[in-house]
Amino acid sequence: MITRAEVEDFLFHEAALLDAWKLDEWLALLTEDARYRVPSNDSPEGDPASTLFLIADDIDRIRGRVARLKDPHAHAEFPHSRTRRMITNVRIVSPSALGEGRGEGDVVVEANFTVHRFRRDERIGQYVGRYRYRLRATGAGLRIALREAILDSLELGSLGAVSFIL
Amino acid sequence: MVDPEVLEREMRRIFDVCWIYAGHESEVAAAGDFVTRTLCGRRIILCRDSAARIRVFLNVCRHRGAAVCRERSGNARGYQCFYHGWSYDRDGRLDGVPGESSYPASFNRAELGLAQPPHVASYRGFVFVSFNPNALPLADYLAGAKEYLDLVIDQSASGEMEIIRGTQEYTIRANWKLLVENSFDDYHLMSTHKTWLDYMKKSGVAIPKPAKGHVMPAHGVGKALGNGHAVIDNENFRGRPVAKWIPIYGEDAKPEIERIRAELVERLGEARAKRVADTNRNLVIFPNLVVNDGSSVTVRTFHPTAPDRMQVSAWALGPRGESPRARAIRLDSFLTFYGPGGFATPDDVEALESVQEGMSTWREIPWSVMTRGMAKEGEQLNTDELHLREFWIHWARYMHAS
Repeated sequence: MITRAEVEDFLFHEAALLDAWKLDEWLALLTEDARYRVPSNDSPEGDPASTLFLIADDIDRIRGRVARLKDPHAHAEFPHSRTRRMITNVRIVSPSALGEGRGEGDVVVEANFTVHRFRRDERIGQYVGRYRYRLRATGAGLRIALREAILDSLELGSLGAVSFIL
Repeated sequence: MVDPEVLEREMRRIFDVCWIYAGHESEVAAAGDFVTRTLCGRRIILCRDSAARIRVFLNVCRHRGAAVCRERSGNARGYQCFYHGWSYDRDGRLDGVPGESSYPASFNRAELGLAQPPHVASYRGFVFVSFNPNALPLADYLAGAKEYLDLVIDQSASGEMEIIRGTQEYTIRANWKLLVENSFDDYHLMSTHKTWLDYMKKSGVAIPKPAKGHVMPAHGVGKALGNGHAVIDNENFRGRPVAKWIPIYGEDAKPEIERIRAELVERLGEARAKRVADTNRNLVIFPNLVVNDGSSVTVRTFHPTAPDRMQVSAWALGPRGESPRARAIRLDSFLTFYGPGGFATPDDVEALESVQEGMSTWREIPWSVMTRGMAKEGEQLNTDELHLREFWIHWARYMHAS
């Protein structure tokens, strides 16, 4: 039985890795079939097979995304923006909340987030929304099978892009 | 690029004069369906009336001016202003005025229906409005751009394309004309989008080495289409949902892409199928509509809100009735390149914002260089700048027209 405290420890650890841009260590937290999604702001409940998302990566494109972000030619993130993630309201919810079958030992988690992003010349953005995770208990600890960041703003608007790992 | 007076002149002489993209017929499928949006600084309702005809109303109550529809989209029996309760039917007629008897005898409901732009017209599903009473017919205005919209639509076995659910709406801190330039500027691809190209290569997509004297992996041309519209028209090297498989789609997608290709050849013949499926086209319809048919099809429009700021709306367009598998490939392919989370668009936005900041030195550096291909006879490449100049020449004509 996974406790909320364990889940929180895991999410806070992940947030620390992402804020430190330790992207390879972050990748190691993902399962081999992991997916990472950010729905379009006007369709937060869509399915990426039939709805246009902002991000709907399988593990190959997640790895490609990390390779890109480590390259100074990822101009939107060079120099890397500073981010600071606040994660609260962590809840273990029913696996059926995702409407999909689940692997053995999966747990579905929701949490609220505020991600502050800072770039030079006072270009500052606040990404506010909720995460939906499917976490898998493995011998090595919890691993991320699905990570969905659902933004609350009605348009992406002045946030402009989701060029880092949200 | 930095002057509010120039923007004001653009609004009056370009956005109030040209045909402006309002939306796609597929966004409002049935009688009473509506979407609301803002274009040319005006709130509008794009909808179907009681007879399911496409209509555009100004989303402004004739009483005081509040919005009569405040939802993004839906189906309405009519529209009602919440302020004093005036209501309008689906055809825009004023059909309810609380306490109407207190108005003088001159009060005439028939004169107070929802206002409409003087012209609304569609070309094969693309709905445009013009606030210019003397506008050319839309088909004449579109000129050579029609042929390129036809190429997009020809990929659909049903003969119709539709906007797919999900809107990417974001602000760029840059002058709107910089996005026009960027949308069909292939000169920047190799340097701005190096990480995207690297991802393609690593995923097993064969990216040919540019020929001597060229900067792109495949041949392409830039063409003027009349009335300020222009296009780059390139041999495909990047994969296309209709219909060129690349390894990123996955082995299991191969049969679906082959099936789509076969349908295309069957329906259009070998030559036309090749034209549709083996070329990528980035089309700009003057002044602010972009239809890029490449890694996927994107429809993108943008409106300035300040000299250094624009609001962008972007959608994915797909064949109506395409298989769920084909739709999934299309959307997946879209996201690798396009949009605020893609591997390319954020770097475009970064470039445009950097250019905009650079414009603060206009006193020291009054000109940009846009002369690629200018001294050349004959064919202009996609990496030349004829098509960018074409936009600017027409921009200047509108701005200086007497």
